[in-house]
Amino acid sequence: MARYSTHTTEFEAKHCDAGHFIRISNLRKTFRARDKNFAVLKGIDLEIDRGDIFGVVGFSGAGKSTLIRCINRLEEPDEGEITIGETEITGLSKQELDRYRQKIGIIFQHFNLLDARTVAENVAFPLEIAGERKDRIASRVKEILELVDLSDKTDFYPGQLSGGQKQRVGIARALANNPDILLSDEATSALDPQTTLSVLDLLKDINEKLKLTIILITHELNVIRYICKNMAVLEDGLIVEKGSVRSVFGAPQSETAKLFLRIDAGFATFGWQDGEGI
Amino acid sequence: MGRITLLETIESAFSAKTWAIVVPAIYDTLYMVLFTTILTVFFGLILGIVLVTTDKDGIYPRPRFNAVAGGIVNGFRSLPSMIVIILTLPLSRLILGKSYGPKACIIALAVTCIPMFGRLVESSILEVSKGKIEAARSMGAKNRDIVLKVLLPEALPSLIRSFTISVIAIISTTALAGTLGAGGLGDVAVRFGYSRFKTDILLAAVLVMIVIVQAIQFAGNTLSKFILKRRHLI
Ligand SMILES: Nc1ncnc2c1ncn2[C@@H]1O[C@H](COP(=O)(O)OP(=O)(O)OP(=O)(O)O)[C@@H](O)[C@H]1O
Ligand SMILES: [Mg+2]
Repeated sequence: MARYSTHTTEFEAKHCDAGHFIRISNLRKTFRARDKNFAVLKGIDLEIDRGDIFGVVGFSGAGKSTLIRCINRLEEPDEGEITIGETEITGLSKQELDRYRQKIGIIFQHFNLLDARTVAENVAFPLEIAGERKDRIASRVKEILELVDLSDKTDFYPGQLSGGQKQRVGIARALANNPDILLSDEATSALDPQTTLSVLDLLKDINEKLKLTIILITHELNVIRYICKNMAVLEDGLIVEKGSVRSVFGAPQSETAKLFLRIDAGFATFGWQDGEGI
Repeated sequence: MGRITLLETIESAFSAKTWAIVVPAIYDTLYMVLFTTILTVFFGLILGIVLVTTDKDGIYPRPRFNAVAGGIVNGFRSLPSMIVIILTLPLSRLILGKSYGPKACIIALAVTCIPMFGRLVESSILEVSKGKIEAARSMGAKNRDIVLKVLLPEALPSLIRSFTISVIAIISTTALAGTLGAGGLGDVAVRFGYSRFKTDILLAAVLVMIVIVQAIQFAGNTLSKFILKRRHLI
């Protein structure tokens, strides 16, 4: 349900038709638990261009997951507007939403693959949902598994795969329906550094090959540095800083960005403590 | 009559005379168990799915309906099977025209067993992680897809274990119903073994029931393990 003040729509009309692919304005979400309210998103404004790899950083509890989950409406926003291309996501009916979700892929920290299905069957899942024909599914699965370099694991079950391989299956599954957008919620946080790098390389690769827009949530500075073009810093439900990665981390303004850099620099300069701490 | 030794009792338990009584009872029991199981699985599965999906945190939240359905299930579950069977016998008369014999008993048995299997199905399905459901949702899956393509297949090994437990419960409830006019092994064990002190027949009936239960438990465990192994989850 999209409820927004006239103030916002006027603002929209003036400023937000500048050709941004994804436009989020005044997004608010409050969780109600018993009699207490937790305002988690307190009016998010964000514009993301087509083909960008956009990073969102913030400390635990800042609302990153909630924000990304609002984009495919796994979480229903209380207020505000999300527009992708010409489509206002927040105004879609349930049926329209199901169809639209097929165009927004998402990958998760814990992969969320189906244990009952082989790699190929997992990738086929979104195609089955979309009502594709059997022969089309087979050829698409083959194609996409080649893209993520898993052609030799087609008939493996997730239980037989390493974390990195599981995330590749997750990516393949997210890409199966040719989405315009890929959402990534801490997709590398459960992986070791080397595997993280290979998954990031894959994301970079598909961003270029498929002209895919990627929104990536992380609390690892290195991930942002490695693949993001633009970014936003989320602090306690508000965007406190946004722009190119270079500009934000070149001259950090927000507490969160400064702390991120201090911790990053700190760990590097602490030297070897041999378990003594600092 | 004189004293009968244990050895004589055991010998007599395996005699043709005893088995002439026990074998027809085995057929009756298997007949009742088979059809009760079919009814229980069908309706219990539906009940379990309804209980999970209509929960306030389920994929089709209907909290008030869920509370009522859950209350009814609890009501049935809190009554001893014997009472439920006695209460359900008039229902059998209504449907089948009689309230005794194996056929009539199947309905009474199913009524006692469906709520139990429904709860077991519910807990099996609840083991499926929320993340998997969410992933399916994010791909535009409808509730029907989530039930048929995510919840049931993912929960299958656990569902098979729930099924095994239920079949065994059905067997013991069938034995109980047997004493209430349904026939079968329970009836034979009580009528001959207990009331007429035919220990040999009691022994034979009990042995058969033990063998059936062991066989079903073994089959259930094996199948469940086979699936888990194939999925490389154990
Ligand atoms: N369903 C919910 N009900 C109530 N509170 C919630 C719910 N989901 C999230 N929250 C609260 O919202 C806040 C933000 O959560 P969110 O998951 O968006 O944070 P995050 O930035 O992704 O954190 P992390 O880095 O730890 O994943 C947290 O304080 C959390 O407790
Ligand atoms: Mg999170």
